[in-house]
Amino acid sequence: MAVPSFLARERIVARPGFNRWLIPPAALAVHLCIGQAYATSVYKSALVSHFDASLTAIGIIFSIAIVMLGVSAALFGTWVDRNGPRAAMFTSAVFWVAGFVVGGLGIETGQLWLLYFGYGVLGGIGLGIGYISPVSTLIKWFPDRPGLATGMAIMGFGGGALIASPLSRQLMNFYDPAYDGTAGTVPNGDAVAALFFTLAAIYLVFMMFGAFIVRVPADDWRPAGFDPSSVKQKALVTTESVSAANAIKTPQFWLVWTALFCNVTAGIGILEQAAPMIQDFFRTNGTSTVAAATAAGFVGLLSLFNMGGRFAWSTTSDYIGRKPIYMVYLGVGAVLYVLLATVGSSATWLFVLLAALIISFYGGGFATVPAYLRDLFGTYQVGAIHGRLLTAWSAAGVAGPLIINGVLDTQGTPGELVAANYRPALFIMVGLLVIGFVANLMVRPVSSRWHEPKATTPATARADDERSAVR
Amino acid sequence: MSHSFSDDRPSTHTPVGLIAVAWALVGVPLVYGLYNTIKAASALFGG
Repeated sequence: MAVPSFLARERIVARPGFNRWLIPPAALAVHLCIGQAYATSVYKSALVSHFDASLTAIGIIFSIAIVMLGVSAALFGTWVDRNGPRAAMFTSAVFWVAGFVVGGLGIETGQLWLLYFGYGVLGGIGLGIGYISPVSTLIKWFPDRPGLATGMAIMGFGGGALIASPLSRQLMNFYDPAYDGTAGTVPNGDAVAALFFTLAAIYLVFMMFGAFIVRVPADDWRPAGFDPSSVKQKALVTTESVSAANAIKTPQFWLVWTALFCNVTAGIGILEQAAPMIQDFFRTNGTSTVAAATAAGFVGLLSLFNMGGRFAWSTTSDYIGRKPIYMVYLGVGAVLYVLLATVGSSATWLFVLLAALIISFYGGGFATVPAYLRDLFGTYQVGAIHGRLLTAWSAAGVAGPLIINGVLDTQGTPGELVAANYRPALFIMVGLLVIGFVANLMVRPVSSRWHEPKATTPATARADDERSAVR
Repeated sequence: MSHSFSDDRPSTHTPVGLIAVAWALVGVPLVYGLYNTIKAASALFGG
């Protein structure tokens, strides 16, 4: 599928002297917008009230978006790599913004299916394309620090929720003054629809800004003082290229898929249940010692560790390696889960510390995985490979809540649960993390039979042809 | 930061002001989000 010339990859190949530090803001401009997906709980109650629907019926909107994220990232990953980040960011912006507009119309006209289609389907496609493109671009600009690069972008996705939550509350308060953001007050449907239209306008400007300042490096570009052969000295790191079609035929892809799936499923187990969980862990004689406001603070703290872990752990992986850091996420994560299940209810500070570390590993897993793929398969089609891998996120998005909610349903009534009721679910998460740990341990360098012949690597060949046409 | 190229295309210069503006455009909203989240999280410590 051809793209208009102003979006074409050959139009954005950077000239010599271009400063690569202009690229992280371009990537962040997209990820800070699409990260709104993690802030949907802000208007969840309002939608339940407006549509007179169940929590599940409204929760499905987010699930559709996450499934569409995985599906679109997998389907369009090769298109994204072929046409470059400007075309991808532009397309992502169009879908993401259209999702808000159509979803807003659905709220305005009282048609829930339109909200499913708008925010869920259209928005989800925007999420998938917007998620992978900035990441693969940054990997190419920072071959000397791929963990830092992917950490910067994916930190932005975590940061997007931090911005969207308070902004949405303030905007809904502006459109419906009766709503003040405190417990018990719910904005009306018109205010939520107006919020959707406002966010659409803001996100359109920001994402287009990112799309129009982004550049790709020339094929032979490298950072000053960077010697690619020094990277090759590290175990598991390749300077070869593996296509996306071949990558999914390798055991390495599926081992990393398993590791990511297990890490995300375990993390979602806590994120999904964070606020009621801390109250339930400290409930004695039917009354929790943790107030609702404190529980909300706990959710905020987890958001900070989710975002911070993305940057800090991914950057650390540049020094200790991708496989060792995943051993930390999964191995230490399993130990932390055991501690949470056994001694987590002994003190609030201990519970908070354990949960915060677990969530930092959850975020770190997301941020490190593109650099892991780059190490194993090279940069050639890393965006497309990353897109296919994100199906693990979609699967975990279904499995995580199913496990935690399924187990808790068998343990008692919400609002009356105690720490012991969480143990079966937490030990299932420990088992998952151990499986992920073993999968990660089995990752070996990719066999040379999957490497692309160097002279015919399509991206290289095309870039050579394009070099004379760059701006 | 200087980078290495081996082609003969005319070179460019990225103005430092442009980089600063670009970082500010994404940095200011991020600081707004961080401030609000830390304010919410402070309830955990009795703030």
